[in-house]
Amino acid sequence: MADLLQLLVAGLATGGIYALVAIGFVLLWQTSQTINFAQGEFVMLPAFFVLAAMKFGGLSFPLAMLVGLAVSAVVLGLLFKRLVVDPIIRHGVLPLVISTIALAIFFKEGVKEFYAADAQPFPAAWATTNLSLGGAVVSVQSLVIIAAAVAAVAALQYFLAGTRTGRRMQATAQNPALARVLGIPVERMILYTFLINAALVALASFLVSPIYLAKFTNGETLGLVAFVAAIVGGFNQVRGAIVGGLLLGVVDNFVAAYWSAQYRAAIPLFLLIAVILFRPQGLLGRAEERTV
Amino acid sequence: MKPWIRTALAAALAVGAATATAQQTVNMPIVIELSGAGAVSGTNFRDGAVLAIDEINARGGILGRKIVAPQSDTQSNPGVSRAQVQKAIDGNPYVILGPVFSGSVKVNMILAQQAEVPQITGAEAADITQAGNPYIFRTSFGQQMSMPKIANYIRDGLKAKTVAVLWVNNDFGKGGRDTFIKEMAARNIKVVADVSTESGQVDFAADVVKVKGANADAIFVYTNEEESARFLREARKQGVKTPLIGETTLLGQKVIELAGEAANGVRGHVGLTVDAPVAPVLAFRERFFKRYNYLPDHNGLKGYTGVYAVKHATEKIGKFDRKLLAKTMHGLTITPEQEPGILMEATWDANGDIDRISFLAEVVDGKQKVVSILPKLRK
Repeated sequence: MADLLQLLVAGLATGGIYALVAIGFVLLWQTSQTINFAQGEFVMLPAFFVLAAMKFGGLSFPLAMLVGLAVSAVVLGLLFKRLVVDPIIRHGVLPLVISTIALAIFFKEGVKEFYAADAQPFPAAWATTNLSLGGAVVSVQSLVIIAAAVAAVAALQYFLAGTRTGRRMQATAQNPALARVLGIPVERMILYTFLINAALVALASFLVSPIYLAKFTNGETLGLVAFVAAIVGGFNQVRGAIVGGLLLGVVDNFVAAYWSAQYRAAIPLFLLIAVILFRPQGLLGRAEERTV
Repeated sequence: MKPWIRTALAAALAVGAATATAQQTVNMPIVIELSGAGAVSGTNFRDGAVLAIDEINARGGILGRKIVAPQSDTQSNPGVSRAQVQKAIDGNPYVILGPVFSGSVKVNMILAQQAEVPQITGAEAADITQAGNPYIFRTSFGQQMSMPKIANYIRDGLKAKTVAVLWVNNDFGKGGRDTFIKEMAARNIKVVADVSTESGQVDFAADVVKVKGANADAIFVYTNEEESARFLREARKQGVKTPLIGETTLLGQKVIELAGEAANGVRGHVGLTVDAPVAPVLAFRERFFKRYNYLPDHNGLKGYTGVYAVKHATEKIGKFDRKLLAKTMHGLTITPEQEPGILMEATWDANGDIDRISFLAEVVDGKQKVVSILPKLRK
């Protein structure tokens, strides 16, 4: 029982990270039909922004995190949209997908070349103590990750549903042409989405790097699993991405512990195939028809 | 003088000059892991080797020839390493330095053997030196030398009756796991959990739950450095209290740096350590830190001593002869009195395995502390 509880908490913590990254996938798709295959590298990069700010700028860790967040917003939000998405999206989704794959390689090789090829320690912003719950030892680190993911999702949901800008963003996602007629600055709303995605990946990066260590390859698996999580949950629903992320995190841990660590990487793909076969819109997604 | 004669003379002079330059140098390419899962090990090995090369060149080189050491990255990929070794062989090397990953060495050492080029490797998989290759030489213990020492410590030092094993599923980890389990059986110590992990794995939550749930007297961890650090962080997260025992890849400097305070309390056998209470090793540590601004792990020592072993053996035979070098190194013992760069007395046997003193160590307050010195296996 204690093992079950520990695995569940660890799985939810991992799933929380997947969910944050998966939400980014969904937001970008909803507002701009962007499928970002560099999303994993987007999670890898902010940790290096922080490390670079500490190493070259001599900043303290909290200050470096703020700098990391700001640089992420500019590079992974603003510049990504202006330099990659805007010029290419008009040629269709496929060229954009290929461009983001190229961008992922560029980011990985860039970090390897200009910072380090080996893993780097990343400080934790919280204590690495444990709590004893019903015979199970639960780490504060895992609880912090779960809490931070829940808080971020709650804040995002409030922003989207409870503020004027959020509702305008939703309108943009649902029907950009009509939103434009209604006087909503569609381009600005799309930019906000990119900035939110940048903030989410930066948060995921700050949460996961103390455990996984900062390394240029960190995004490879993370990006793929988060993409699968978004599809499993429903690519057109934020709540679907949350459920997909948490589900994959928990399933991954239970499979590794009770079945086979070797096949754990295949489990998300099995889930993906099952969802595509039996519920193509995802667990919580809604069926969508598009004119082609 | 006719133009074509002038051109021919100039070309002849250029070729002559190039040949003269080549004759003044000796080619020792470094084929090593500079990226991928082995980047930590490879970078340390490379930096140690380059430090030795620069020291030797500053003193006039080997037999009056300066060492040139072009570097190539295996990307921790056996296929790439094979191509890089072939490229190195095409450059007519005297010896090849590296790689460190056992999986890479297993697939590329045949090329060096066919070309009759001695290969100085940092790899530790047991079977590398048991394939009848007279051109392969280790710079650290193979698993068949280190595992008996760890097994003795688990039996005599910890008085353990049961043990859980967590290992990385690559050539290095599988070889170590097989040798370790054999040694456990020979000492009637029961293996109650046998958990394999993947190279480059980042999430160890489930694996820690498994080894923790086995309630063993000790947990033996045999993974590469980065994975070791991630495992230790996760073990600390989950409050593992069982003694964590390992080899150099669990107690190395880079692991301590990456795992932080989670490395405290880890114990094990280290074949090489820059924290060894041996004056030349400590002096090397200082020189390395001064040059690179980081403390080397055991791979830094491997690269450094490997170059000095080649230097000493070459000076012993008095000429650059690859076949004779390989022959000379079998059965060769080098002492620090004969060659200060060797740091500790080392002997190579007929298979190319190295024997020297080793250490039992523990991580205390973020530093590796040597608890005792173990003698050479063969006197």
